[in-house]
Order: sequence, then C-alpha cells, then structure tokens
Amino acid sequence: MSFPVLFGVLALLTIFGYYLGRSRALKTAGGQVRNLHSLPNYYGYYIGLWCAAPGFLLLVGWMALENTIMDSMLIANLPDSMSSLPAAELSLLLNDVKNLANGDIVSREVIDLDLKDAAAFYGQLLTTSKMLLTAILVAVTCGGILVARGRIAPDLRARNSVEKAAMAIMIICSTIAVLTTLGIILSLLFESLRFFQMVHPLDFVFGLEWSPQTALRKDQVGATGLFGAVPLLAGTMLISLIAMCVAAPVGLMAAIYMSEYAPTKVRGTVKPLLEILAGIPTVVYGFFAALTVAPFFRGLGLDFGLTISSESALAAGIVMGIMIIPFVSSLSDDVMSAVPQSLREGSYGLGATKSETIKQVILPAALPGIVGSILLGVSRAIGETMIVVMAAGLAANLTANPFEAVTTVTVQIVTLLVGDQEFDSAKTLAAFALGLILFCVTLVLNIIALTIVNKYREQYD
Amino acid sequence: MTPDMNQSIPQDTAGDSPVTQSQADAVKLKARNVKVFYGEKQALFDVNLDIKANEVTSLIGPSGCGKSTFLRSLNRMNDTIDICRVEGEISLDGQDIYDKNIDVVHLRARVGMVFQKPNPFPKSIFDNVAYGPRIHGLTNSNSELEGIVQTALEKAGLWNEVKDRLDQPGTGLSGGQQQRLCIARAVAVSPEVILMDEPCSALDPIATAKIEELIDELRENFTIVIVTHSMQQAARVSQRTAFFHLGYLVEEDDTEKMFTNPTDERTQGYITGRFG
Ligand SMILES: Nc1ncnc2c1ncn2[C@@H]1O[C@H](COP(=O)(O)OP(=O)(O)O)[C@@H](O)[C@H]1O
Ligand SMILES: [Mg+2]
Repeated sequence: MSFPVLFGVLALLTIFGYYLGRSRALKTAGGQVRNLHSLPNYYGYYIGLWCAAPGFLLLVGWMALENTIMDSMLIANLPDSMSSLPAAELSLLLNDVKNLANGDIVSREVIDLDLKDAAAFYGQLLTTSKMLLTAILVAVTCGGILVARGRIAPDLRARNSVEKAAMAIMIICSTIAVLTTLGIILSLLFESLRFFQMVHPLDFVFGLEWSPQTALRKDQVGATGLFGAVPLLAGTMLISLIAMCVAAPVGLMAAIYMSEYAPTKVRGTVKPLLEILAGIPTVVYGFFAALTVAPFFRGLGLDFGLTISSESALAAGIVMGIMIIPFVSSLSDDVMSAVPQSLREGSYGLGATKSETIKQVILPAALPGIVGSILLGVSRAIGETMIVVMAAGLAANLTANPFEAVTTVTVQIVTLLVGDQEFDSAKTLAAFALGLILFCVTLVLNIIALTIVNKYREQYD
Repeated sequence: MTPDMNQSIPQDTAGDSPVTQSQADAVKLKARNVKVFYGEKQALFDVNLDIKANEVTSLIGPSGCGKSTFLRSLNRMNDTIDICRVEGEISLDGQDIYDKNIDVVHLRARVGMVFQKPNPFPKSIFDNVAYGPRIHGLTNSNSELEGIVQTALEKAGLWNEVKDRLDQPGTGLSGGQQQRLCIARAVAVSPEVILMDEPCSALDPIATAKIEELIDELRENFTIVIVTHSMQQAARVSQRTAFFHLGYLVEEDDTEKMFTNPTDERTQGYITGRFG
C-alpha cells in the first residue's frame, strides 16, 4: 500500500477510535454523562490520539528513513565493481536501478545483467518495505486503541490528557515554524560564507561596480566578475524612497480621511476598495508600470526637454508607491480609529476644532503606530521585485537620478539564479550574499516597526 | 415605556415661576422643549430646565434615562454623533446655541466638559493643561502660559502633587489625579460653565471626596452641571437637582426639597431606592 492509502487507513482507524472512546466511556458510566470526569467527546479524542499519534509518527519516520536505508542495503548488495564507484556516479547508478525497477526510462544504453539483478532486488525491497510498514502500522494503531480502551474509566481525566496532547501538538507546530526560519537563515549564512571566500566581504559591501559575469574561458575579456553591492543598494534605496514619497503622504491622508472625516457609509465602501489595491498581483502593477506609466513619463520628459529613459526608477517607484498605499492607509487607519473616542471628545470639549484635534491629539497618540505602518511599507518596498524587473530595468547604474534605469537587490537575485547555473560559482553564491543583506535590512526594519507598534499598544490597555 | 403616563405630568417650567423671574439675569442656561433623537429613537422628550449661574445643578435618574444626552446637548457634544439630532431651544446667556451663526468651537470654550472616565491626552501634565490655552491663543508668552497652567492646577487642587513632575505623562497619574487633571484642563480655558458626566464613577471614595470638595470650590467662579449616579453625591454637592426618567424631566427643585419632600411619586421611588 502506498503512503496516501496508509494515511487514509490511519484516519479511518482514528475516527473509529473516537466513536469507540465515546461509547465506551458512556457505557462505563452507565449512560450518565455526569458520572464521567470529562465530557464523552474527550474520551473519544483520547482513544483517537492514542491511535493517531503513534501511527502518524511511524508513517512520517518511515517516509523519512526509507530511502536512506534501502539505498544502503542496495549498495551492499551490488557487485564490488559498481559499489566502489565515486559518489556522483554511484548516485546516478542508483537512480537508474530505481527507474528500471519502476519501469521508467533509463539513461544508460547497455543494460547489463548486474543492473537487472539490482533492479529486481530493489523491487523486492520496496514491496517488503511497504508490507512491513502496513503490518507495523496496523499493529501499532490497534495496540494503541486497545491500550487506551483498557484505560477508559469514569474517573479517567481524559480532558486533562487531551489538553496536554493538544498543547504538545501546538508546541511541535511552532517549533517547526521556528526551525524552518532558522534553517533558512543558516543556509543563507553558509552559502554567503562560501561566497565571501571568493569575494572579499569588504569588496562586496563597499564595491561600487556590479557586473557579476563569470568567465567561460580564462583569457576572456572581463573575466573576473565585479561584485560590488553598492549600486544595487543605492538602487533599492532610490526606488524605495520614491515609493514612500508616494505611499506615505497619500496613505496617511487617506487614513486620516477615513478614520476622522468619512461618514460611516463612505468608510464602509472606500476602505475595502482601497484594500483591493493590496490584492492586485504585483506583476499586474509591473505591466502597468512598464506599459503605461513609464512611457507617460518619457513623453512628459520630452515635453520638458528632459531625457527620461523608458525604464526608469521614477516609474517603478511611483507604481510601487501606489501598491504600498493600502498597507500604509489601512494600518494607520486602524491605529487612528483605535485612539479612544474619549480623547477626541476631551479635545472637542475644550473647544478644539477637528483639525486641531487631529493634529494635536490623534496623530501624536497614533504616531508610533503610523511610523510602524510606514516602516512595514518600506520593507515591502525593499522586498518588491516584479515591478522593478518590469519597469526599472537590470542595469546596475550607480546614480541618484530617478530618470535613469537602476536595479535593485531583489532583481539581481532573480537574474543571478534564473537559468542554468553552476551551483558553486561566485555568480550563484552572490545571490545568497545579497539575500543575506536584504534579510538583515528588512529584519532590522521589522524589529524597529514592531517595537514601536508594541510600545503604542501598551498605552491604552 | 408608558409615554401617556409621563405626558400627563405637568412640566413645571421654571421660567414661569416667580423665583426665577426675580433673578432672571442669573439664569445661565435655558432649555426649552428639548427633544433629542438618535436616528429614529427619541431619547429626550420636551425637556425644560433653567440652570442658574454659580450654582451646582445635578442631574439624577436611572441608567439610560437621558442624563448624558441632555448634558451633551448643552455644549453640542452630540454634534459628534452622526445619527443624533436635537430639537427645541437651548440658550446660553440668552443666546441660542443651536443658531446657525454660533461657532461650536467658541461655545465649547465657554461650556467645558469633564467626562466619566478620566481622559488625559497622552502628553505631559503641563501640555495637558496648556492644551486649551494654546489652541485658543490665550497667551502671548511662555511665562504667561505657565501662570495659567499653575492657576488651573491650583484650582483643581492638584498643584502640590504634580508641581515637581509637570513634564511627566498625564496618563501616569492615579485615577483621581487624572480626573483632577481633566478638571484643571477644562478650567484652564476659563469657561463659564463646566459640565461633568459622572466624574467620580471611576474613582475610589477618597478621590471622590476630593473631587466633591473641589466642585464646591469651583462653584464660586463657574456654573456647574453634574450628572451623578449617587444620590448622596447629588445631595452633598448640588444646590439644584433635576430628576430624569425614561427621557422625561420629571421634577426639578432645590436639592434639599428634592431629597426631603419630592412632589412626584417616581422621584420619591427613585430616591428611596425602590428602582434605579
Ligand atoms: N450614541 C448613541 N446612539 C444611539 N443611542 C444612544 C446613544 N447614546 C445614548 N443613546 C440612547 O439614549 C438613551 C439615553 O442615554 P444616556 O443619555 O446615555 O443615558 P444616561 O446617561 O442617563 O445613562 C439610552 O436609551 C441610550 O440607549
Ligand atoms: Mg450616562
């Protein structure tokens, strides 16, 4: 039986265990719920857990270990001439054996007898493995059900046990989330370290030129790539700055209007409409930027005698700003609406006008939250890729002129990794180093934003 | 609700009584046939009430009878509620406050308000009190402003407790201190009337006693209208008492008379604790 089927079986057994637990508990209590320590459901969950937990662990463990164990058994069974091959070739060989066993296409032309033997052996292993697994699974789950059933008695504290188990599951889930994050960070770190063995970290962080090609031949022109990240960081900052120049004032004004001036009806329609902006895929913004906004600015530039290239930081930044508006406005609106009505009335009661109240009471009270929302907007801007790819180009110009094409960290990561790449070239590894920089910047921004937002939260609770 | 029963009660409009005629100039706020609606729902029915200068008038009555609604219509605080509509006439020193030409900002500077829950701004103690004088441009210099702040805090009996920490946040004070800060904040604008909506309901007995004492002192310079849930408090601090029930002003009289010999059966019932 294959894994999906086995999981199905496990689910069915668990459900069976649940009903068994309920009815068993009611029976031992003589049909009186109030004789039971916990509600009947909890006895059901109790048996269900005793069945599902070991079964699930078994299946997951088996899935994780099956391949490694079978591979080593397969290798042990191969003739010496094959098992002594270098690691890379050996893994190709193993692949072929498996493909042959599954009846798939095999990469080598000569299929010798040894290979066929190996394939047959592998097929046998596979069947044994699955049969063994099925048997153990049934034994474990049924054993679990039986043990748990034996324990059910009116004074069994089923609720307490189930709640403990539920807590354990939640702890495991959060551990998975944390570990994944850690894993990603570590892999970023290690790959970056490998990159820094090829390119000096100072050259990377302070280098002024970015041209990440690697040589095909030693004597090629520009054989050594230049990995100075400054133009990329500058481009990122330029575009983010333009974006925030659009998003911060517009978003903030929209938020002030919605939380302080708009009648409830208007707010009810405008707010969701604004939030739809946040749901538009960025690639759509991307062609809006590339096909509409950029040509518009170029035309405008011509009228004024300015040269604006058709891929410009300006177009990308402005469109990105539009994309970020709802993040700023929606969050700021929320924090401003969270300012207690009593503060507004307190201010009106002293004869303050609406605008005085907003300027002197609401905005200062909501300021930390507003700053937080703007910083979150900035980290969106820094991380945004698609709009920049489409509208700002790939040229790593070091310039502060918004009319020229620039590129950003994220865009370069994409171009470095797209296409067939050697995995250990400086070019590929540079992507990890860029990722690390980006991660650090957004992490710091997020930490600042969250600290500010939290500080704000304490104020009224 | 039994409106027919309520309507049968003759509304003793103080404007016609001989007492107020002889001291007509002392009437600060005059409400005539005030009706307030929240959307379709009517919360106040034909309220007529005179509030005299330099007196404390307390509004009592069971929850939801419209005390706050009436109080908030006296400085048009109800304007901030979209669905709220006020009919009838309310005048301050003879001037209709719902007139089109009235600037509500000026009105509220003349009729200040203290709320149920202390609501200091998240600013320093000094800035809280200086808020009103600043927005109204009452001062030309910093020293003048400091003088106003000090006087207001002294009037609110808070000066000695906070004079060494004026730059600390007002939200860091105790509940009773916060409420006195709010009173100081209102006083700093030099209003003529101060409206207080259950100013002690969130405070402990000692803080309450301090505020009551303060109200008695403030009476000298201000006209005070206070909503209160506590009849003892009404008896202690006010000279006049008005009893509201189900949106009607049932009875209004000298506090002493109200608490010893009320005319209306419902007032009697409320005061003796039969409902409320
Ligand atoms: N903002 C509002 N919207 C709708 N109805 C309200 C609002 N405020 C008060 N009311 C209604 O008006 C009536 C009087 O309320 P209120 O003046 O607050 O009573 P009190 O202060 O005497 O307890 C109540 O029935 C209440 O439900
Ligand atoms: Mg009230």
